[in-house]
Amino acid sequence: MTNKRRDDLGLRRLLGQEMLPWLVAAMAFLAALSIGGAMEAQAVSRHWQAGAARSATVLVPNPDLPLARSGDGPETTRFDAVLRVLRPNQSLAQVRPLSSEEIGRLLRPWLGAETDPRNLHLPGVIALRLDNDAVDLGKLNIDVAAVAPGASVEGHNAWIGRLLNLATTLEACALAVLALVTLVAVAVVVAATRSGLAARRETIDIVHGLGASDGYIATRFARRIAASAGFGGLFGTLAALPVLFGLAVLSAPFLDGGGMAVPHRLADVPPLLAAVPALPVVTALLSYLTAQSTVRRWLRSLP
Amino acid sequence: MIRLENVGLRYGLTSQPGALSGPLALEDISFTLPAGGFRWLQGPSGAGKSSLMRLLHLELRPNAGKLVVLDHDLGAMRRDDLPALRRQIGMVYQDFRLLPHLTAFDNIALPLRLARVPEEMIADDVAEMLRWVELTSKAHTHPRELSGGEQQRVAIARAVVGRPRLLLADEPTGNLDDTQALRQMRLLGELNRLGTTVVVATHNDSLVERFPGPSLRLEDGRLVSDDE
Repeated sequence: MTNKRRDDLGLRRLLGQEMLPWLVAAMAFLAALSIGGAMEAQAVSRHWQAGAARSATVLVPNPDLPLARSGDGPETTRFDAVLRVLRPNQSLAQVRPLSSEEIGRLLRPWLGAETDPRNLHLPGVIALRLDNDAVDLGKLNIDVAAVAPGASVEGHNAWIGRLLNLATTLEACALAVLALVTLVAVAVVVAATRSGLAARRETIDIVHGLGASDGYIATRFARRIAASAGFGGLFGTLAALPVLFGLAVLSAPFLDGGGMAVPHRLADVPPLLAAVPALPVVTALLSYLTAQSTVRRWLRSLP
Repeated sequence: MIRLENVGLRYGLTSQPGALSGPLALEDISFTLPAGGFRWLQGPSGAGKSSLMRLLHLELRPNAGKLVVLDHDLGAMRRDDLPALRRQIGMVYQDFRLLPHLTAFDNIALPLRLARVPEEMIADDVAEMLRWVELTSKAHTHPRELSGGEQQRVAIARAVVGRPRLLLADEPTGNLDDTQALRQMRLLGELNRLGTTVVVATHNDSLVERFPGPSLRLEDGRLVSDDE
């Protein structure tokens, strides 16, 4: 029998009867959900942030009002004048005037289907897509107000800020749950290790007397505990996979700009791909280190 | 060499520094045992024989005095250095202290495995010990399936398999018939002749008469005679 497989302290049967793997499985399940939740919240908030930073809206009150004509040129409305200012601007990737039908569709939830928005004095709306994050919206605002007094450029910072706060809070909550679950898992491992030490007190006294070092005893405990916890971690993580996949499916539309492109494989969700397989390994490693430390501290009571 | 200078041992120390509350097990013990020497350790039950054996086996530290085991001053040693010294000491316990989940073979092999002896050598050495204690057929038997005498022979084999520099035996023949007792005592004598320092604790005076040798006598935790 090789050194690694030999069970001098009789721990295989002892710890095999413990609840440890199942408790760790429950912790790993919760940890996987927390990691998944935190990463999804992070991905969604980044996506929103990037999208919001690169878009703006121009509102032009009384869009059809003609500007004072200069010379023999054609009559120009305030809306056209603003478009003329915006279109040559190199820092704008797209300048798209919204038609009255589009504005009507957007307002229908508030105005109802019966109201014709053309009968209302609505401002003209122009959607801007910015070429980069450094576009000076303040200067743009001055430029449009100069040709059409009262026209304004609105960034989306205020509402996206509130959404980001929500996403950041969700992420922080998920990480707090992860930290709590980790602490509980450590406590479970400490309790299981102490229980094993108490049950094998006489065996430990004997091998200690025969010249076993603290490292020898601690390593045997830690290997057995890590194997047990690693199995629990693997089981809990596998159990969490369908839930995580569902979470990825739910968040996909937010990440794909409103489309319904659902990832058909887990590999299409990179953050989860990186974090989830690591969970059983991290569980085993954490359990190994916790058990080592617990046993070594306990052994200090022996001469 | 083993040297004790005014060694005292009291169990059950309180948490207050210097305050001793437990029973006094040993008091003012002084003797020297040269390397390769032999001593009987005699005395009635409760005289402190087992406490002295545990001190020599480094299971306890004295509360007073100086203890030198195999030329190492215990008071000056770091805790991390003790396992290596313990591996040079063989101990036969009165209650055997075999590991119930290991076979006779694995119980005997344990000190060698702790010393990281290669498995091929372990197989040879353990087989030889099993032959010597006449338990070859019980190599893969667990202690609960062995008689008291067989368990004691496994315990003796485990104590001597690593060729210790110091061998401590606490009532090593208590569960053996006369033939086996004679055989085990001859084994201890042979090891002593090969240079192992041997201390045998017993309250069996007839055993001492059959194997005469220098003796330490304890009474009420005090050394009352030392033949050397």
